[in-house]
Amino acid sequence: MTKHMMTLIAGIIFGIGLILSGMTNPSKVIGFLDITGNWDPSLAFVMVGAILVGFFGFRKAEQTNTTLFCEPIHLPGKTHISKELIIGSLLFGAGWALAGFCPGPAIVALGAGYQEAITFVIAMLLGMLIHDNLYETLKK
Amino acid sequence: MENFTPIQSLVGGLLIGLSASILILSSGKIAGISGIVAGLMQFKNTSKEHYIWRILFITGLVISSYLYSLLMPLPATEISASYSTLMIAGLLVGFGTRMGSGCTSGHGICGLSRLSLRSLIATMSFMLSGFIVTYVLVHVI
Repeated sequence: MTKHMMTLIAGIIFGIGLILSGMTNPSKVIGFLDITGNWDPSLAFVMVGAILVGFFGFRKAEQTNTTLFCEPIHLPGKTHISKELIIGSLLFGAGWALAGFCPGPAIVALGAGYQEAITFVIAMLLGMLIHDNLYETLKK
Repeated sequence: MENFTPIQSLVGGLLIGLSASILILSSGKIAGISGIVAGLMQFKNTSKEHYIWRILFITGLVISSYLYSLLMPLPATEISASYSTLMIAGLLVGFGTRMGSGCTSGHGICGLSRLSLRSLIATMSFMLSGFIVTYVLVHVI
């Protein structure tokens, strides 16, 4: 199997995992974030399952440092806890709770044809462009 | 707790972890959706390789619900936010994930799988603001 084929399959498996887990249902996400209400802790199990497998996948990646196709693996090396890391994540969490969508599930729901997801994704792309172009330029 | 689905969520999570492992071990890339998407809108100093894997992975996400529906009925997607709320939320998610260098997948799954302290702080931050905003929306307003 080629590298490109595996990337496409990884995307499909990721999407199917998101759908099965309940992450693509905004009301389920909001039920998970509503810890003081009628809390639905299901989505905590998504993280448990993903890390259970991911731990071994990434450990293997760190040990070998090369892919199955003998190319170098680029693992993020940043360790600095910056102000941007925290503020950006706080902003992201607020948006996640407002809509019930984070980036992956929104793209899956867009693929399923939901108008709301299309609207969300367009705004998300705009938010990314504003950060990467306007904000980063103004900061300099 | 009438909607509690620990088994489906756990199995879904295992698949997500499997996907992230396949991607890192075959392409050497991190399955962080916000970073993959933002990379498609970068036009400086980029090679063909920069785009190909991103397009393929996103294509997989886009067609996944169709493929899922061939295997079993799709679960509900209940969206209660108005279009104006969705736009504000999208802007916050887009801007915030870029500023914080990742989202639920990049930090919450890949980063935590690598036991990264940076990703743990990011995950705690977006969970915290998610809890607070939900509390305000559901119980205060």
